[in-house]
Amino acid sequence: MQPDLHQKQQQQGIDVAVLVSIGRHPTTGRARRAEQDARGLELALAIEAELPGTRISMLHAGSQDDSSEAALRGYLGMATGVGMGLESMTLLEQPEGSDAIPALAKHLAATSPQLVITGARAERGEGSGLLPYALAEHLGWPLVNSLASVEKVENGVVTLLQALPRGQRRRLKVRLPAIISVDEAAPVARQSAFGPARRATFAITPTTPEADCELAQWHLAPARKRPKRLKIVKAASARDRFKAAASKSEGKGGQVLTDVSPEQGAEAIYKLLKEEDVLR
Amino acid sequence: MLETLLPILIFTALALAAIGAVRRIRLWRQGRPSRVNLFKGLVALPRRYLVDLHHVVGRDKMISNTHVATAGGFVAAAVLMILVHGLGIANPLLGGLLLLASASMFVGSLFVARRRLNPPARLSKGPWMRLPKSLMAFSIGVFLITLPTVGLLPEGLLEGGSSWLLALVLAGVVAWGLGEMFFGMTWGGPMKHAFAGALHLAFHRRAERFSTKKGGAGRSTGLKALNLEDEAAPLGVEKPADFTWNQLLGFDACVQCGRCEAVCPAFAAGQPLNPKKLIQDMVVGMAGGSDAGYAGSPYPGKPVGEHAGTPHGPIVALEGKALVDADTLWSCTTCRACVEECPMMIEHVDAIVDMRRYLTLERGKTPNKGAEVLDNLIATDNPGGFDPGSRLNWAADLNLPLMADLKQVDVLLWLGDGAFDMRNQRTLRALVKVLRAAEVDFAVLGTEERDSGDVARRLGDEATFQSLAKRNIATLSQYQFLQIVTCDPHSFHVLGNEYGELGGPDFNANYKVRHHSTFIAELFEAGRLTFAPWKGGSVTYHDPCYLGRYNGEYEAPRNVLKALGIEVKEMERSGYRSRCCGGGGGAPITDIPGERRIPDMRMNDVKETGAELVAVGCPQCTAMLEGVVDASAEVRDIAELVADALVGRSADDVSGASRRTTASTTAEEVIV
Repeated sequence: MQPDLHQKQQQQGIDVAVLVSIGRHPTTGRARRAEQDARGLELALAIEAELPGTRISMLHAGSQDDSSEAALRGYLGMATGVGMGLESMTLLEQPEGSDAIPALAKHLAATSPQLVITGARAERGEGSGLLPYALAEHLGWPLVNSLASVEKVENGVVTLLQALPRGQRRRLKVRLPAIISVDEAAPVARQSAFGPARRATFAITPTTPEADCELAQWHLAPARKRPKRLKIVKAASARDRFKAAASKSEGKGGQVLTDVSPEQGAEAIYKLLKEEDVLR
Repeated sequence: MLETLLPILIFTALALAAIGAVRRIRLWRQGRPSRVNLFKGLVALPRRYLVDLHHVVGRDKMISNTHVATAGGFVAAAVLMILVHGLGIANPLLGGLLLLASASMFVGSLFVARRRLNPPARLSKGPWMRLPKSLMAFSIGVFLITLPTVGLLPEGLLEGGSSWLLALVLAGVVAWGLGEMFFGMTWGGPMKHAFAGALHLAFHRRAERFSTKKGGAGRSTGLKALNLEDEAAPLGVEKPADFTWNQLLGFDACVQCGRCEAVCPAFAAGQPLNPKKLIQDMVVGMAGGSDAGYAGSPYPGKPVGEHAGTPHGPIVALEGKALVDADTLWSCTTCRACVEECPMMIEHVDAIVDMRRYLTLERGKTPNKGAEVLDNLIATDNPGGFDPGSRLNWAADLNLPLMADLKQVDVLLWLGDGAFDMRNQRTLRALVKVLRAAEVDFAVLGTEERDSGDVARRLGDEATFQSLAKRNIATLSQYQFLQIVTCDPHSFHVLGNEYGELGGPDFNANYKVRHHSTFIAELFEAGRLTFAPWKGGSVTYHDPCYLGRYNGEYEAPRNVLKALGIEVKEMERSGYRSRCCGGGGGAPITDIPGERRIPDMRMNDVKETGAELVAVGCPQCTAMLEGVVDASAEVRDIAELVADALVGRSADDVSGASRRTTASTTAEEVIV
């Protein structure tokens, strides 16, 4: 009886919402599927392959025009099997310059997926990387950043592998619903196929747009290329040269806290922020 | 007794053959529609068979003569036999002709039998091994039963009481022959090639590849465009029934002679491709079943009998095995050696690209670096992902005239993606030097140029190809030029043979495109170039597939080398039989592993000639051949050889300030 129930839950799968934005090619500036968001969708497809019955929905907040549609179809072309629920994308329509966060938060709260996957940082617009955090705050859900893979989903708890610097991984158990953000540590997105991308449709949902007042006040200018500091490697052997090329500079100081209560942890962070003059 | 038995045998065989023919035709008609002028095709059939097909078969005189004797004898014998023995027109003249025909067929079948004594690996065995015996049975049987008709044997010989056993044996032999030749022809025996082959020639998808009485070029190598406007139109070929009906008919025409296998570079390299097996797999898929009955060389590394398919089942399985594995399709370099050699005029490359189109456009499964290259082409208009604005960086000091400034020139110099490759930049610089020495009025598109779309198309991404092509056509339509010259045979082929179909009513996309070797040969003949005598060592020439087999240009590069004073030491496989360098069809991108590397084999060919230098005319060939470790010969582009040998006027400064440029600048100033 017990295993059967377990099996059934396995079969049911979960609802995954993938937030996708319009990317920008670093060399030509052409609209495309955003690198990190595509990796997010790849992660969702991997969950679907592991956990049959998982429903993936794609969500984009923005305006609808030809070039953005072509870029969004780049995501839709990644679903080449039938019946993944990816023949359509929900488009929360709002004019350029609107704040995406309230619209997304409202939609997510209404549809209540168990897992939300998003790229860490957008390739155009502000690109501050704050969206996952703002959404987590709005929804009151936990957020895990820099995800490498989703290991398993069981009884409403998801086991995740988070990427840390220098190839380290941390295994986390998170109660659903949760938000996860992916960056370059997640697996590379699969190829987008023309046929499925062309056939897919958009479910356009009108929203009450909220203008992004803060952004409107900002002064935007193209980034200047900053001179790079030359890295002088004084290495005697090939091993040293390899180490110099492969390793990142070690952070100095700091401490690793294990087996501490949340209060103690918060206190340590608070102390550090004070020391670093982040909080005054 | 034979008089009653023979008509029964003959007409039974004919009736069964007719039933088989209907069944076979229904198999072909599972395919998609294709517009072919049936009547015109049938009218053109004799010429296509006697001229074009025998032009290919005739490359092997022995087999060509054998086939003339056997097939000619059979066709004549079959018709005469129906008249003499089927309808009982016992005319001695007809009988005499019948004897002659069956004798000729018998002689032919002796040669067929001799070839089957110790058959080369490329020939299929299995049912093909019994074919010479069946041919003999038919010819001997018909010969013997006709002897009484012409009175060479007494009529009564087969009538007597004891000889009815002899008559029965003769009838048995004739029945065997009829079974193979009439019944087997339409029911899938080796003789199927005659029935399907004849119809395939008549209803060929590329009617333009055959010569005409007026002396048509007989070349049709451009891939056919997919209709992307119609969203209901399928993207490529997923299942055997997705081929057009005349493609299916073409697969059925295969005689399994294995000439394609013998010339296929991927097969020789031990990659999992054998063009003959691929065509046979398509036949298996069309009829439904497994490939266990195939009796030729397998795909290297893939045993026969593990794959099966149905007309409406997928050719490449999503998971596991179906009719063909994807790596088989991605091994092809699209060098067209198989198509060039095929005596049945089967279009292997078309079929492979059709199946690749499905894999790329519907499944998004272009292997290895394929996806990255296609993404780069979409985002940056070049396969390397380079900044399109840097396309002319290599020529920063050359002061190249731009189309955008001049609007009208004689020659548009198409750079190709080699402009981003440091090795090819040397070739391009040499070519510019040559053009300036000959005072050619030329210009480049510069940063307005995009990738021609060759790689995207061979990788099956028709959407990206058409997008690139249409934008290139729109750019070209703004300018006036007499011809396009390029040092890249791939661009040459695409611009010259594949853009035409995509031009709209607003702009004509049929350009006059020349390879730089052709153009240099013309300049030399016009006396616009003078060369110092050749002082280097021995030289051989490697024919690029896309220049030779795709565009028929074998002479111009050799003429240029001759003009340079070089005597070319030909490789065994040169001209239309040139072996591929391994760089075409996106093969370096999909990079299917094999036992050897194709360019290594080609450099071995070079080594065998003892040449110290191999002249090439293609950036891909240069890159592939130069990538060979421990090569015995240096690799130089023809343009480089020419540029080095320039004397006289060409000794002037060529880096920008030639007289012509100065003149045009002055003229501009006057107008202002």
